[in-house]
Amino acid sequence: MSLTGLFLISFLFVHLIGNLQLLYDDGGEAFNTYAYFMTHNPLIKGISYGLYFFILLHTIQGVIIAAKNRSAKGYKYSKPSGENAKWASKNMALLGLLILAFLFLHMGDFWLKMKLGQLGMVAVEAYDFKVADLYSRVSIAYQNPIIVGSYLIGLVALYFHLSHGFSSAFQTLGLNHKKYTPLINGLGMLYAIVVPLAFAVIPIFMYFK
Amino acid sequence: MKLKLKIWRQPSSEARGRLESYIVEANEHMSFLEMMDVLNEQLIAEKKEPVAFEHDCREGICGTCNMVINGRPHGPQRGTTTCQLHMRHFNDGDVITVEPWRAKAFPVIKDLVVDRSGFDRIIQAGGYISVNTGQAPDGNSIPIEKDTASEAFDAATCIGCGACVAACPNGSAMLFTSAKVAHLGKLPQGKVEHVARVKNMVDQMDEEGFGNCSNTGACEVECPKEISIENIAMLNRSYMASIFGANK
Ligand code: HEM
Ligand code: SF4
Ligand code: FES
Repeated sequence: MSLTGLFLISFLFVHLIGNLQLLYDDGGEAFNTYAYFMTHNPLIKGISYGLYFFILLHTIQGVIIAAKNRSAKGYKYSKPSGENAKWASKNMALLGLLILAFLFLHMGDFWLKMKLGQLGMVAVEAYDFKVADLYSRVSIAYQNPIIVGSYLIGLVALYFHLSHGFSSAFQTLGLNHKKYTPLINGLGMLYAIVVPLAFAVIPIFMYFK
Repeated sequence: MKLKLKIWRQPSSEARGRLESYIVEANEHMSFLEMMDVLNEQLIAEKKEPVAFEHDCREGICGTCNMVINGRPHGPQRGTTTCQLHMRHFNDGDVITVEPWRAKAFPVIKDLVVDRSGFDRIIQAGGYISVNTGQAPDGNSIPIEKDTASEAFDAATCIGCGACVAACPNGSAMLFTSAKVAHLGKLPQGKVEHVARVKNMVDQMDEEGFGNCSNTGACEVECPKEISIENIAMLNRSYMASIFGANK
């Protein structure tokens, strides 16, 4: 759980850096070149299969553990107290499944359309052949307020999931220290806020462009 | 002060339970248990079945006075057992809900009394050190660093009440188990059997049907002895060591 979670956290950071290229005002030159590289480099391909596997593993383990834990509790108090733990920490499976639903939407919209060859082709400077024009697809998608809205919901879920998950992963691995744990907690909150926020900037910016 | 109590009544483990309402006249100097005594005397005078609840020392050290008061194990006051909670923390006219610990591994025996023998079996699985009894050893024959002694002592203050399990949304016994493991494993006398102890106690914990820790931290907030989840991190480290075959 903690290892797959931390892997996903590292992936997400790289994914963000790549996607920020969408904000360049170059008609998608940089982003399309990057997208071609990411979908054709054998090393990246290998890593992406690893990623699918880890998402699957993380989801399956998470849902099984959450179901076991729910049955180990058995009852609910008739007067529940919300005071002793953060809401996110008690709803990780729900938040995770929201993220998963978002991922299906996300992959269906961009990755699947590219794989099925439904995208137009454009020339880029870096290659002497035409590459799939993912940039246009993304730009069109982000004109649709429903798609932008569902992205924002997905990112809010991601914020809550990470607001607990980041520091939780360290505790699970037994890394708790008087001096460093507050630092990890701070870094976790920073990550949980900055990364979804930066992802959110992309559709919002492209929607209003 | 006049209080309205909603108390979980369940005649036996098989029977279905429900909340019943009572009015009780208390004063603010009473402890919560004394207020419950007043209620029970009232019920006995009315020839009704008194509320079953556990209590023993009434000084915060035995860990039996377990009830969930307004959704919080041992009530609203931090670092306090129910017997040390006083009615001055409530107001005249309050409605107070009182329920037993809730977890699959802690089945209700009657009313507010639950079966915590799962904890005993976790202790039997490894919560001891194997030494021959005899004369008390010389107190200073094994020098122990102050910090280590303090950490071990803090962990040793766990009274085995089970509020951690009651507070945990997963019904996990990790805080209790980790307190025992840290209390023994931090000291030289307990280090010898540390890895085997961790494995055996965790296995027993799972067998009893306690849930898994998901680091919500609710346990350390409700623990009357303020045991820290740093102990859980130590337990996790030691458990990994026991799986990967380290000797330390
Ligand atoms: C695909 C959908 C996802 C599902 C269904 C899901 C589910 C879960 C669940 C149920 C937990 C709690 C485990 C527990 O209580 O012990 C969890 C923890 C965690 N998740 Fe996710 N998650 C998903 C996506 C993600 C993503 C995208 C990331 C990172 C960017 C992530 C990072 C984490 C981390 C770091 C933890 C904490 C692990 C620990 O405490 O040991 N998850 N996830
Ligand atoms: S860790 Fe705290 S709450 Fe849990 S049994 Fe020990 S004293 Fe009670
Ligand atoms: S009666 Fe012993 S701890 Fe409360």
